[in-house]
Amino acid sequence: MFFQQIINGLTVGGVYALIALGYTMVYGILELINFAHGEIYMLGAYLGIIFLGIFTAMGLTQYSLFLSLLLTFIFSVTFCSAYGFTIEKLAYKPLRKAPRLSPLISAIGVSIFLQNYVMLTQGATDKVFPHIMETTKIEFFNATMTALQVFIIVTSLLLMSLLHLYVMKTKTGKAMRAVAQDKVMASLLGINIDRIISVTFIIGSGLAAVAGLMVAMYYGLVNYYIGYIAGIKAFAAAVLGGIGSIPGAILGGFVLGIIESMGAGYLSSEYKDAYAFVILIIILLIKPRGLLGKSAKDS
Amino acid sequence: MILEVRNLTKAFGGLKPVEEVSFRVMHGVILSIIGPNGAGKTTLFNCLTGIYSPTKGHVLFEEKDVTGKKPYEVTAKGVARTFQNIRIFGSMSVLENVMIGQHTRSKEGFLSAVMKTAKFRREESEIKSKAYEYLEFIGIADYADADADSLPYGDQKRLEIARALATEPKILLLDEPAAGMNPQETIELMKLINRIKEWGKTVILIEHDMKVVMGISDRIIVLDHGVKIAEGTPKEIQNNPDVIEAYLGKEDIF
Repeated sequence: MFFQQIINGLTVGGVYALIALGYTMVYGILELINFAHGEIYMLGAYLGIIFLGIFTAMGLTQYSLFLSLLLTFIFSVTFCSAYGFTIEKLAYKPLRKAPRLSPLISAIGVSIFLQNYVMLTQGATDKVFPHIMETTKIEFFNATMTALQVFIIVTSLLLMSLLHLYVMKTKTGKAMRAVAQDKVMASLLGINIDRIISVTFIIGSGLAAVAGLMVAMYYGLVNYYIGYIAGIKAFAAAVLGGIGSIPGAILGGFVLGIIESMGAGYLSSEYKDAYAFVILIIILLIKPRGLLGKSAKDS
Repeated sequence: MILEVRNLTKAFGGLKPVEEVSFRVMHGVILSIIGPNGAGKTTLFNCLTGIYSPTKGHVLFEEKDVTGKKPYEVTAKGVARTFQNIRIFGSMSVLENVMIGQHTRSKEGFLSAVMKTAKFRREESEIKSKAYEYLEFIGIADYADADADSLPYGDQKRLEIARALATEPKILLLDEPAAGMNPQETIELMKLINRIKEWGKTVILIEHDMKVVMGISDRIIVLDHGVKIAEGTPKEIQNNPDVIEAYLGKEDIF
């Protein structure tokens, strides 16, 4: 039971962490809570169904499942990144000098728009994600782990390490850290702030798309409102870890996922969504800036 | 001539912190801009570096109009600056701070960084060794790996100069570099600014410390209430009755 819940927790935790990274990166650079981020995750799931459908119709899925899955991921990520890029340019950039509440309201507007847009074009009923990955099971310590769970955990961890390398090692990554600390100074050192903000949205949206696709594969069902609750939980994970901190978002995501599945396993799954928030409140009462948040913010 | 400012005006509503200011800067000189608090010195710097877009007038850098360009574009052309207050990237190492300065002068992609291609490693080590050179020039190379915010105040100010130099500017704008420094640090700073000049860079300085201003400037511009009231050599400025009256208020300050 214990190990089973840990495995389940790591699986959803990895997904939460991927979404939380988008929240935390955007917050770190713009101090904006991008409430439309959950919808990007939802779009990723829908795009996955659409592209996989196209590949099945083309006969590619029957020919090579691996190739069609890979292409589905690449296309969903590309489309969601384009959505994220466009949303920033249309809905946030014109408001960059406005009071902080304005872009926040704009984000909520984008979120409502995207939900309704998907509802109108894709229908209000559940969409089924084709069951494609065979349920190979690995058994250990009285727990079972499906191949899909392994895939989700490994993919999450891989993407997180790549992001870490990107932010710490590359020129653009260093520029992102500089912009997060002091935008004016960064621009005076030759960094194009608009470009860095776009890169941030592109990466964050791409990660959310992967998360959406993996959840669609995991639960098999997708609806236009899944972005709301997943977005709120990932946001909670980002706050739990310390918003603005990349390691914080990763830690927060996994902690949230494990608490949730522990609660569902040992207490009752009825209140599954509530445990995470109870823990969030308790941790914030003790550490108001989150687990890995900075003790005092300059600027 | 490296910089020309023509009838520059910056207005915020009815307030004009800079009004019809014109001046020329010759290559390789140290120019100081002085004036009482609120004279518009920092606003002028902000207009020169693209932080503010001027309401009227033009900024010409090497005969090319750079008025209204974005800060990163101005930096790419060869203008760097520091601020009155310290604005280092505290959570990065001293070396990383300087490496960030070389941003516009380097190019590398994600793949080459992750794969650690030969080209990436070569460029990375070039950037690093250049960053070390700047730190050595400034005299803080020993602290290269320390967190930038662990440096003492004077060294943090010098790190900012090193970082600005790393953008490979032709003009360096320093906003009150001596503020908060003790007399010993101030003397070191004057030597440093002279070495930057000897290196062939043009330096524009906002400074309140008259020892610094009179000791190192080739030319001085005096602003008062946003208007240029005098320009000349330190000697001329010291003997200019307008400056003495409008800016200093009493005669025996120098």
